[in-house]
Amino acid sequence: MTVTDLLPYEDALATYDPVMGLEVHVELGTRTKMFCGCSTELGAAPNSQTCPTCLGLPGSLPVVNATGVESAIKIGLALNCEIAEWCRFARKNYFYPDMPKNFQTSQYDEPIAFNGYLDVQLEDGEVFRVQIERAHMEEDTGKSTHVGGATGRIHGATYSLLDYNRAGIPLIEIVTKPIEGAGDRAPEVARAYVAELRELIKALGVSEARMEMGQMRCDVNLSLRPRGEQKFGTRSETKNVNSLRSVERAARYEIQRHAAVLSTGGTIVQETRHFHEEDGSTTSGRIKEEAEDYRYFPEPDLVPVAPPRDWVEELRSGLPELPRLRRERLKTDWGISDHEMQSVLNAGALDLIVATIDAGADGAAARKWWMGELARHANESGVELPAVPITPVQVARVSALVAAGDLNDKLARQVIEGVLAGEGDPDQVVDRRGLKVVSDDSALGAAVDQAIADNAAIAEKIRGGNLAAAGALIGAVMKLTRGQADAKRVRELVLEKLGVQG
Amino acid sequence: MTTDIIRLTAAETAAKIASGELTAVEVTEAHLARIEAVDEKVHAFLHVDREGALAQARAVDAKRAAGEPLGPLAGVPLALKDIFTTEGVPTTVGSKILEGWIPPYDATVTKRLKDADVVILGKTNMDEFAMGSSTENSAYGPTGNPWDLTRIPGGSGGGSAAALASYQAPLAIGTDTGGSIRQPAAVTATVGVKPTYGGVSRYGMVAFSSSLDQGGPCARTVLDAALLHEVIAGHDPMDSTSVDVPVPPVVEAARNGSVAGLRVGVIKEFGGEGFQAGVVQRFNESVEMLRELGAEVVELSCPSFTYALAAYYLIAPSECSSNLARFDAMRYGLRVGDDGSHSAEEVTALTREAGFGPEVKRRVILGTYALSSGYYDAYYGSAQKVRTLISRDFERAFESVDVIVSPTTPTTAFPIGERVDDPLAMYLADLCTIPVNLAGNAAMSLPCGLAPEDGLPVGLQIIAPALKDDRLYRVGAAVEAAFVTKWGHPLLEEAPQL
Ligand SMILES: [Zn+2]
Repeated sequence: MTVTDLLPYEDALATYDPVMGLEVHVELGTRTKMFCGCSTELGAAPNSQTCPTCLGLPGSLPVVNATGVESAIKIGLALNCEIAEWCRFARKNYFYPDMPKNFQTSQYDEPIAFNGYLDVQLEDGEVFRVQIERAHMEEDTGKSTHVGGATGRIHGATYSLLDYNRAGIPLIEIVTKPIEGAGDRAPEVARAYVAELRELIKALGVSEARMEMGQMRCDVNLSLRPRGEQKFGTRSETKNVNSLRSVERAARYEIQRHAAVLSTGGTIVQETRHFHEEDGSTTSGRIKEEAEDYRYFPEPDLVPVAPPRDWVEELRSGLPELPRLRRERLKTDWGISDHEMQSVLNAGALDLIVATIDAGADGAAARKWWMGELARHANESGVELPAVPITPVQVARVSALVAAGDLNDKLARQVIEGVLAGEGDPDQVVDRRGLKVVSDDSALGAAVDQAIADNAAIAEKIRGGNLAAAGALIGAVMKLTRGQADAKRVRELVLEKLGVQG
Repeated sequence: MTTDIIRLTAAETAAKIASGELTAVEVTEAHLARIEAVDEKVHAFLHVDREGALAQARAVDAKRAAGEPLGPLAGVPLALKDIFTTEGVPTTVGSKILEGWIPPYDATVTKRLKDADVVILGKTNMDEFAMGSSTENSAYGPTGNPWDLTRIPGGSGGGSAAALASYQAPLAIGTDTGGSIRQPAAVTATVGVKPTYGGVSRYGMVAFSSSLDQGGPCARTVLDAALLHEVIAGHDPMDSTSVDVPVPPVVEAARNGSVAGLRVGVIKEFGGEGFQAGVVQRFNESVEMLRELGAEVVELSCPSFTYALAAYYLIAPSECSSNLARFDAMRYGLRVGDDGSHSAEEVTALTREAGFGPEVKRRVILGTYALSSGYYDAYYGSAQKVRTLISRDFERAFESVDVIVSPTTPTTAFPIGERVDDPLAMYLADLCTIPVNLAGNAAMSLPCGLAPEDGLPVGLQIIAPALKDDRLYRVGAAVEAAFVTKWGHPLLEEAPQL
């Protein structure tokens, strides 16, 4: 592999102005596929979720999934798009073994949604408006696994395995207009856009949009033009960039690579590129010398989609609060700073905290647990916060036990630890580990007596009026009770037994 | 006895089975024997499903014995065009590329036939992927016309028409993209109906040109066609283009043939150069007869029909180039070159090279070209505009007439081999039938006599507006009755003994 020259990022931006186009594919979470009744469940045995239609058997025909259309309209509305009054599916013709019919049923010049925008907030709070060109419906392809050969690509493979379970799963492709004026923040804008879109999709409940599962995939198109120039440069298309971080890195890498080529008098080749997670680089894929001719034409096997206006309006009025507005509201409700809110978002803790509050915890406690103990645990075990094995309901229960005085902070941490270790619900952990705060006087009294006897010198100081020394005796009691004593009550008992006024 | 059984109409056969005069097994065996005796000469069938047919027949007899109600065509044998999928029974579409493919599912038409206890004898020969007008494009050899085995039986559904005309089955199913039901019916003196587009489900009917393809009934009488029409028609949720309206009352219409007071249109553009004199003569006599039966005959012009053939040969190939892309050797059918030395792409190319015949390749190439960027507007786009104009011409015509009549095809059956090297001459066979497909209307062909110069059958085409399929049967039944009275017997009885 040849070494790719990169220009330092700052130098690249000093001379060039990046223009981006982002194409995001979202797999809808419909129960059945876009054009047949097969299940969309992930993880099934290969080719177990197929039928004549999604296998493209001779004679089979598609039927549109109404929920798929509804989801597409919801996405379009949430992206401030116009919704087509009448539109058709189109066939995109090209040969590939994982595409059963050798055409993809998609939409071409009549997308269901068009002309919208999405406001995205950058880390410093600045809001950047990304214009949306269109959102259209299509179907996913099957999945090829190329075996043998070094690259995992079809060339050089000894054989390939095909799984058509994914073939026909509904996809929405969302395409931005050229994103101009982002300057050196272009990679950040790209990331923030995809992040915001993901939140939006999740809020609409149309897909889980899990990028690591391939439910949301992004193509990053990027070109550079000399600063002050209006005309776009030649673009590269980096395909299937499948995490937020990767989107940012891919944009950044391509800026540096394009700049290196252009600044030495070279020309950018219009091509698709592959992104490499390991080092954040991209390598050349297919060169688009002759632009591929997909021979689009209206799909004759399907009737046009003409969503009635009153239905569209009904969907519009049923849209949930948009994520950015919701975040603003929560920030105000909780009385936290932009910075704190950003940390919550970065940790992926927002929905967990909200769910914990919904389960009865107060906001401060919910934030404290998720952003403290649990974030640390996620970090140490190398998982995303939502994957930590504790539920918001369980966290809320722990926080309720603390509020009721049944647990102190130290015990609560032990309960959390127990839940994370799979020992059961908080109450079960409390029972099994015997973690109740001890506040009943007879049990505590003996421990206090013992502590006084063990620490006669300190007891004497306290009797002499040195109340600050009480802490040491309280500590001794806590030690004797393995931390389960109610510290406040211990202090009262110590002072009482030593005959001093608190 | 056998000779008698095979010459019964479907309606008569069903009545005799229902009354117990005949068993379904007897009827099926008689037809299987007939196939055995004559099909070596005719070659109407690509596959005879002897066991399946007898099993179905036995089930009908068992039902009757148990006192269960029987449908109007229960136990009647049928020849199914090899374009409909049949679970567990080979379906080739007349192509090498699907040789050996056993579909895992039944087409909706197949299913409805089975549900109605129609006995499926086997699958009939056809032009490969329904592309042709002579059945000579079948990868499995041509079918002979029972009137003259050296002549074509029409196409693409030549096998179904020949099976009817040679008494191998009283019922058959065809598909009609540009005339593939009507033109074979015309040249074999049988009855064939192309229902309104969307009237019969296309699910499980291997696609040639999705926006034009339409399955329909074939029979020896108008009433039999109507009975079959009613069995296979009706909304199917598996086909988005299937119309969700009640099936027109075709059987009732076929039982009450009449043209009194009807306005019948004759279109100027369906005539002139290229029309055989004997065909024109029989057609004119038919028009005269309609007048005598009380119809009012109106002359009309549909100027855009001149462009119908050109539009058709852009739209149909365009859609077929995409529909046939799935035959790539990956999942089913023929696979050539899979010897470890070829890439997947090469295997696909080698398979398509070996598996498709010349006419299919010609149309795939034509369609691929017509859809290419830079040509789309000039070809596919313009063809769609012509299509709209043709529909408008029909709409205007149907403002002043109830049905339109024309010769079904400009000539009688031509000799096998005569037009194989002249695709344009071959395409002319569908001159009068194609506009109907482009507009999505309903049409029927029924026999109207023999051309004096060659003694071969001539077909009369009746065209009705979309969803008014019952008009075809009302007019067809009246014309059929008048002709049978005039001839003293059905025309098919004049066909030579095989
Ligand atoms: Zn399926």
